[in-house]
Amino acid sequence: MPDLSTTYLGLPLKNPLVPSSSPLSHDLDAILHLEDAGAAAIVMHSLFEEDVRHDEQMIDRFLVHPETFGEAAGHLPFGHDYQSRLDSYLEQIQRLKSRLAIPVVASLNGSSLSGWVELGKEMQAAGADALELNAWYMPSDPKVSGEAIEDHHISLLQELKTAVTIPVGMKLSPFFSSLPHFVHQAETSGAAGISLFNRFFQPDIDLETLSIVDRVQLSSSADTLLAMRWIAILRGSTSISLAATGGVHTAEDALKMLLAGADVVHLASALLKRGPQALSEMLVGITRWLEEREYVSVAQLKGSLSQQNSPNPSAFARAAYLHALDSFTPPDGVRY
Amino acid sequence: MNNMLTIDGNEAVANVAYRVSEVIAIYPITPSSGMGELSDEWAAQGKTNVWGCIPRVVELQSEGGAAGTVHGALQAGSLATTFTASQGLLLMIPNMYKIAGELTPTVFHVAARAVATHALSIFGDHSDVMATRGTGFALLASNSVQEAQDMAAIASAATLAGRLPVLHFFDGFRTSHEVAKIKAVGDEVLRKMLPQELVAAQRHRALSPEHPVLRGSSQNPDVFFQAHEAQNPWFDAFPGIVQQAMDQFGEATGRHYKLFDYVGAPDAERVIVMMGSGAETAQETVEHMNRQGEKVGLLMVRLYRPWAPEALLAALPATTRAISVLDRCKEPGADGEPLFKDVMVALAENAASDSPRFAVLPKVVAGRYGLASKEFNPAMVFAVFFGLTVAFPKRRFTVGINDDVTHLSLPYDPAFRTDAVRETFGAVFYGLGSDGTVSANKNSIKIIGDETELYAQGYFVYDSKKSGAMTVSHLRFGPQPIRSTYLTGEGDAKFVACHQPLFLETHDLLAHAAPGAVFLLNTPVPADQVWATLPAAMQRQMVAKRIRFYVIDAYQVALEADMGRRINTVMQTCFFAISGILPQDEAIAAIKHAVEKTYGRKGRRIAELNYRAIDKTLVCLHEVPVPAEFAATDIRVPERTAQQASEFVRKLTLPLIAGKGDSLPVSLFPVDGTFPTGTAKYEKRNLALQIPVLETDLCTQCGKCVFVCPHSAIRAKAYPAELGEAAPQSFKQMAIRSKDYPAGWKMSYQVAPEDCTGCTLCVEVCPIRDKSNASRKALNMAEQPPLRVQEAENWDFFLKLPDYDRTVAKRNTIPGSMLLQPMFEFSGACVGCGETPYIRLATQLFGDRMLVANATGCSSIYGGNLPTTPYTTDANGRGPAWSNSLFEDNAEFGLGMRLATDNLAEAARVQLRAMALEIGDAQVQALLNADQRTEAGIQEQRARVSQLQAKLSSIATPAADRLAAVAEYLIRRSVWIIGGDGWAYDIGFGGLDHVLSSGEDVNILVLDTEVYSNTGGQNSKATPRGAVAKFAAGGKPNRKKDLARIAMDYENVYVAQVAYGAKDVHTLKAFIEAESYPGVSIIIAYSPCIAHGVDLSNNHRQQDLAVKSGHWPLLRYDPRQRDLGKNPLSVDSAAPSIPFSDFARNEARFTVLERLRPDASVHFMTQAGKDARLRHQEYVELSEMLLPETAIDEKASEAADKKETPDA
Repeated sequence: MPDLSTTYLGLPLKNPLVPSSSPLSHDLDAILHLEDAGAAAIVMHSLFEEDVRHDEQMIDRFLVHPETFGEAAGHLPFGHDYQSRLDSYLEQIQRLKSRLAIPVVASLNGSSLSGWVELGKEMQAAGADALELNAWYMPSDPKVSGEAIEDHHISLLQELKTAVTIPVGMKLSPFFSSLPHFVHQAETSGAAGISLFNRFFQPDIDLETLSIVDRVQLSSSADTLLAMRWIAILRGSTSISLAATGGVHTAEDALKMLLAGADVVHLASALLKRGPQALSEMLVGITRWLEEREYVSVAQLKGSLSQQNSPNPSAFARAAYLHALDSFTPPDGVRY
Repeated sequence: MNNMLTIDGNEAVANVAYRVSEVIAIYPITPSSGMGELSDEWAAQGKTNVWGCIPRVVELQSEGGAAGTVHGALQAGSLATTFTASQGLLLMIPNMYKIAGELTPTVFHVAARAVATHALSIFGDHSDVMATRGTGFALLASNSVQEAQDMAAIASAATLAGRLPVLHFFDGFRTSHEVAKIKAVGDEVLRKMLPQELVAAQRHRALSPEHPVLRGSSQNPDVFFQAHEAQNPWFDAFPGIVQQAMDQFGEATGRHYKLFDYVGAPDAERVIVMMGSGAETAQETVEHMNRQGEKVGLLMVRLYRPWAPEALLAALPATTRAISVLDRCKEPGADGEPLFKDVMVALAENAASDSPRFAVLPKVVAGRYGLASKEFNPAMVFAVFFGLTVAFPKRRFTVGINDDVTHLSLPYDPAFRTDAVRETFGAVFYGLGSDGTVSANKNSIKIIGDETELYAQGYFVYDSKKSGAMTVSHLRFGPQPIRSTYLTGEGDAKFVACHQPLFLETHDLLAHAAPGAVFLLNTPVPADQVWATLPAAMQRQMVAKRIRFYVIDAYQVALEADMGRRINTVMQTCFFAISGILPQDEAIAAIKHAVEKTYGRKGRRIAELNYRAIDKTLVCLHEVPVPAEFAATDIRVPERTAQQASEFVRKLTLPLIAGKGDSLPVSLFPVDGTFPTGTAKYEKRNLALQIPVLETDLCTQCGKCVFVCPHSAIRAKAYPAELGEAAPQSFKQMAIRSKDYPAGWKMSYQVAPEDCTGCTLCVEVCPIRDKSNASRKALNMAEQPPLRVQEAENWDFFLKLPDYDRTVAKRNTIPGSMLLQPMFEFSGACVGCGETPYIRLATQLFGDRMLVANATGCSSIYGGNLPTTPYTTDANGRGPAWSNSLFEDNAEFGLGMRLATDNLAEAARVQLRAMALEIGDAQVQALLNADQRTEAGIQEQRARVSQLQAKLSSIATPAADRLAAVAEYLIRRSVWIIGGDGWAYDIGFGGLDHVLSSGEDVNILVLDTEVYSNTGGQNSKATPRGAVAKFAAGGKPNRKKDLARIAMDYENVYVAQVAYGAKDVHTLKAFIEAESYPGVSIIIAYSPCIAHGVDLSNNHRQQDLAVKSGHWPLLRYDPRQRDLGKNPLSVDSAAPSIPFSDFARNEARFTVLERLRPDASVHFMTQAGKDARLRHQEYVELSEMLLPETAIDEKASEAADKKETPDA
């Protein structure tokens, strides 16, 4: 039996499979099942600062200061022992901590500096073992340079690091122009790890109403390749932990990520589609693959195909477009 | 200060009633709803009574039901109570007779309110309480918030000790809604006053199979009388028992009460006798007059039944020479009101006795005051005392109005003031119902009440509108308890605030300001420019009164503090900063402390934003020097429409709109409550910040904007091109796109800029986007102020264009039907109201022949609350005739209209036949056999009837006159029964069900907001599972009642379930089909409401999601289909395609539960999703079923086939 243990954000984990930020973490039972299925840690769903704000405004408008008429002092009952979104998130951290043996990573999506620092402190106080900063910023303002955006993220991280003592990881979007440089900066600013990449609602156009609508799309194995390449590249240049996220559905997907250099792989869509069973099957698959090839541990495997260790380092760096085209041969019978 | 509370009367009473009850049966009715709401919330929070149990709080279908439940709970041994007012109390009367007849202890707490007569009124007087005099309930009055709490305790103790049930009452609004600082009653006091042995006695009397008895028997002439008399000793003893309870309470709390409390000069010669909140004002005036050396006094009646004349006489000073008894009710036709007569009899009997109290019987006169919360102030009290000094006082009088018809009213000097005005700090605030002014003021009162030694009082006056409702807050603070139960007088306020610059145009804001007062104005105009923007009259007053003037741009401060458009904190900070009521530092610290308490952990950051807003406010608040000179020009906007108004409107309606109703004399009023329609158009409330603007290059003339407008503020007209030639330059005209109209005609869509509320729904629904820029629609919102004058001119021109011919309009299409004139316009309904588009649609399609029976509720308030009504007429003067009977009987009321209409039509037909010779057979036959199924058919019949009328007037025989009086009934009428879900599902369901079964040609429109909207969002049987509502604070656990299914069960009822925001054509079709169906039709219309906790700019989206999630399936059930051999049910929406939560998560009524009871919420959401799928499936199966008759025929023929087989 190979040793599956790994470390992530400085936390020792029994294996590299970590259910990530998804609606599953709302449900204590589902998480207990995931732990039973072998999950090594839990990254909770993201607490969106915007969501907390929206919630506060809703309470304010409809409950604290409702519209009043001669016959109506408001229209909804308002008890003061009401729980806010933030409170229920913090309570969920406490509940998970009291029931789970595995580490709990809280996830935070903040849009303002004060929001991150303040919420981060509350999450630490609630018992989170680590924090994942879900850094999402659409660089749509032509007056803001890429560097300024990177600086903004780094200063958020630094500010948070002064306020909390637990490890902080960053989950990044794929839109940084020089990712290794950014990761280097994050590392020097105290980040304990990087997750690649976050996955968000994608705006879509509704052709019927000509309006913009939000769509949530679950990932597929095809989505792993983007993260895999970047992990392979980063593995050589950084020592902080790397998490692969997005598109890991099978043991094979996970193994590729580990080979590229990931310390852990995050699972969301696979669990949403197939439940805790997906996780245990992947564990079995990884173990079998390691045994078949006589690997003694995950540690041995990790990063063995990173860019640094790859027999063909340029494969990760080049566009490889032509090669990909070349590999395409039309089926017999197709006029070409 | 620990045992001080700053609360309103309802909370003061509920706070005691809850703690001494085990079962509380509730039903919403203004102004008592607050007591039930608090009880339900406390129970949901697990708060216990003084014996450690959580009272069971249950909502019933009506007050009759609540009283019945209380009766049952009492009979089964518990301590039970209920809260009500007005018509609600009247519905309880039958049970009250029973409860009293069985000597059963209970207390009913009543926020006394006028009973509807010539009109409904939600305001306070004693007409409801007086209607219960015969029930056998003891009647105990409270005069103030403090007393309401204390008497609640005293009543609870006395009823247990003396077995008589008690009706404890206090004045609706004046006491129930006044916020005051009072001393609390602790649990230990209550436990002491309701000792275990008395509670045990109540248990012992209970019905129990362990020791069974019979109660509620039926008695014959031999015994009923004696048995009734057998109770006399209990009634005789009860005043003594109440006094004992008062004494016990006084010992425990230091607050002493008597059955009749006298205040004033011990040697008073003139005495007023009265009860209720007016007594507080009378006491203040008496004390003031005593200080001036006047020998006057006041006798406050606390226990009115059982009447204790000895106690009354003992309380009156022996020096009394003249008494004025004041009643807050009117008994039409009686020679005096009840309290007067009781006092009179007591005095007269005593005078005739062996040892009379008075050597000379005092002169006694009787007055009415304060009906429906009519103002009652010290000047009026003074006038009543003065009335007793004249040689021949008016024996019967009124005070507070100008009666120039029967000349009963006493004149009074409006300038009269008591010392209390100088001793208290009065402040008046003008705000909107939506801008948080009232809640901020309640908060300020709490701060001052809780954090200082000062006493505080707050009273809030609302206008009857829901959109743009004006609120005037009257606050008082002072070192002594405040007895001033009247509004701030002219020139008495040391602080006046205008939170909305809008009111500068419409109200005399400084009328209340005292000399040297502070005036605070929220305005976007910079401090150095603001003076010139003030109306000249205001400038004059500011100079004359030496006003200290401050301005703040509160919206800007709120915006910069990241608080959106929430200005309440900003304005509250200004009040504390400049009113001088507290030192500024202390005041600001107190506000911040209050913010922290309000938001606590659940809104840390919103608290931060509030702190930021508070600090920013102090920087942005500017004093404006008031110049000695004032600008000469008046900037008021000319009143355009007023010039065309009728004399009635000019003399009565316009002053009412201007807020001058109190000064109108009796002679101006209709004697039977009849008012003209078509008056909302005179209001021009000018609420919108932005209005829709049409892009003629994009508009496809689909009519959807007109269809969705809740205020009928955007309209369509089609007209010959030449009529548009005289249009103002900016008037928009388009060539008509459809071939349905004559060639060369024009189409215009026009907005009424001063009637639009800016809700954006028309823009939201507009389907047409610029092909190159999707953000530009055919209709876009734009700033209103620069467009106001121009569009008002365009609107005037638009109104002058003729309406499109009703007989040719394609009424079964949206664009065609939207050319029909709405006869329901500019109501005061909420911005974005989901109900009004349905009513407007009905008036467009059928308005010129509609009779409307309207249940009490939102639709009766925006439909018929003075000063105006949105119902209006067409160019021929025809339009909906509207009335509201009661909440509970609306279906029956409408049925009566139908029966009368049909009967008089039949009378007309009989008389027509009898006069066939005189009128001419052909014409008679044409009148009798007219086909009035189409609009054209109706128009033709109208022409025939007017020919007939002309002919009859020339015949001029008695028979002709008889026929002439009923000839109009030959024209088809459309009877509409309109109301909300509170009526249809709950209180009126018995009647509705009966009318559904009647087969009569009525159309029922249920505006289903899924809560009692008008009274503030209480749970009804239409409330869906998982929603919180008042009276369902823990979330509604049960599935929504399926009214459509119940109605379909009758088989001969046309049923439709519609949601116009999801499918407008379906709604239109349903309305046309329902009206054409010659039997009962019911349309159940989904109506998004502010009570759902969603901004109503999302009204259509929520309707759409309600349908897509299966929460609101669209249906039509047309019994005529059956005759065609088809299944009558058609399910017109698809199976649920999105999860229920996609619909629910946008509405606070659902999301609140997530935060309150997360597990229950998840369970309810799952269940609600299942409900939706299941219901849709059931409907589909019903709609696909073979008709029973077809099935039976098939089965019969199958059976016949089988029988034949053996023979073969």
